[in-house]
Amino acid sequence: MVSREKITPDMAKKEVVRICEISDENIVDCMQCGKCTAGCPAVHGMDILPHQVIRLLQLGQIDQLLQSEAIWSCAACFTCASRCPRAVDISKIMEALRLTLVRVKGNNRLDIEKVPKLLDKNIPQQAIVSGFRKYVK
Amino acid sequence: MNYSYYPGCTLKTKAQNLEKFALHSAQALGVNLVEQEEWQCCGAVYPLSTDEIATKLASVRSLAAARDKGESLVTLCAACHQLMKRVNHDMQTKEDMREKVNNYLQLDDNYQGESKVIHYLELLRDEIGFETLAQKVKVPLKGRKVAAYYGCLLLRPKEIMNFDDPERPTVLEDFLESLGASAIHYPYKTECCGGYLSVDKEEVVEQMVDNIIRSALEQGAEEIVTACPLCKYNLENSRLCSKGEISISYFTELLAEALDVKEA
Repeated sequence: MVSREKITPDMAKKEVVRICEISDENIVDCMQCGKCTAGCPAVHGMDILPHQVIRLLQLGQIDQLLQSEAIWSCAACFTCASRCPRAVDISKIMEALRLTLVRVKGNNRLDIEKVPKLLDKNIPQQAIVSGFRKYVK
Repeated sequence: MNYSYYPGCTLKTKAQNLEKFALHSAQALGVNLVEQEEWQCCGAVYPLSTDEIATKLASVRSLAAARDKGESLVTLCAACHQLMKRVNHDMQTKEDMREKVNNYLQLDDNYQGESKVIHYLELLRDEIGFETLAQKVKVPLKGRKVAAYYGCLLLRPKEIMNFDDPERPTVLEDFLESLGASAIHYPYKTECCGGYLSVDKEEVVEQMVDNIIRSALEQGAEEIVTACPLCKYNLENSRLCSKGEISISYFTELLAEALDVKEA
């Protein structure tokens, strides 16, 4: 999956530029060291690893990312961001990828009608509010 | 001393113990936490995109209300704390957002991030001091082997939260020791529990909480304390916890116990 193609900013597609704008992150800073992937506590749910997410974005291959489970397995714990030697905050990039999907009408990740069934008697409000903020627009 | 206090939605419902024991203890320590009037839900997750502003307004309202009273804003829930602290930082550093928010809110005085946000643990550490706290303990928690679980939201991003070392925090251990308990150190204390993924991807959460609890058990922990209602929920839902191998409680419950105000 990882190729050695040289990247120049003018290769960037409109969609990639938008991800960079929403996240305010500079994907070209990533040097593929893999520290984010090594420390990610949700990596077992990632079909595309965190450092690969950045690489695919650098290459403009955004479709694969939008179809991945990886963007939904990210719990926004900021471990990757706090350890990145190049100060790239992947949690913001993951958020921008999720938003690219859920901001389209009819494209919510969570079916609101099914929410009551998901709830058990102990689930905190915090989880439900977070779910709505992350999965529904 | 008076502080503005922001409880947040969960503390009024499923996490009443987090709040109740904190308020009892504050009273015993001579700290006056005054709940803010008409506070609104902070939204539980900090909006990570740069183009979302409406979802940050509730936090700004609370921050500005604390500023107007000239008081620091005290939080208890780790999620609320993350929101208040990061939105405050945005208001201090992002001119574009500051302008839009103030244009919309039309406050008497524009808000520019003047408030100081402190978590209850920071109040204990920095304003009261753990040495003073230790002197006020009436029932030392001798022989209790307690593992502190920090989770993510209090610690990261470290430049903004400015709470403790994000890889090797000690505030909760120092807190536990001041109550007379034995703090158990274990490597997974800052690992994520999965947070809101429990709404969408339970199978991912399962392994995350399993790693944390196994790590604490291996180091001899008999109980875990946390400051986050969602961490508590996820940890309690774990396989090991359901089997009764370890119990999870809020740090404030142990505090109230040590100060002998649990039944107050």
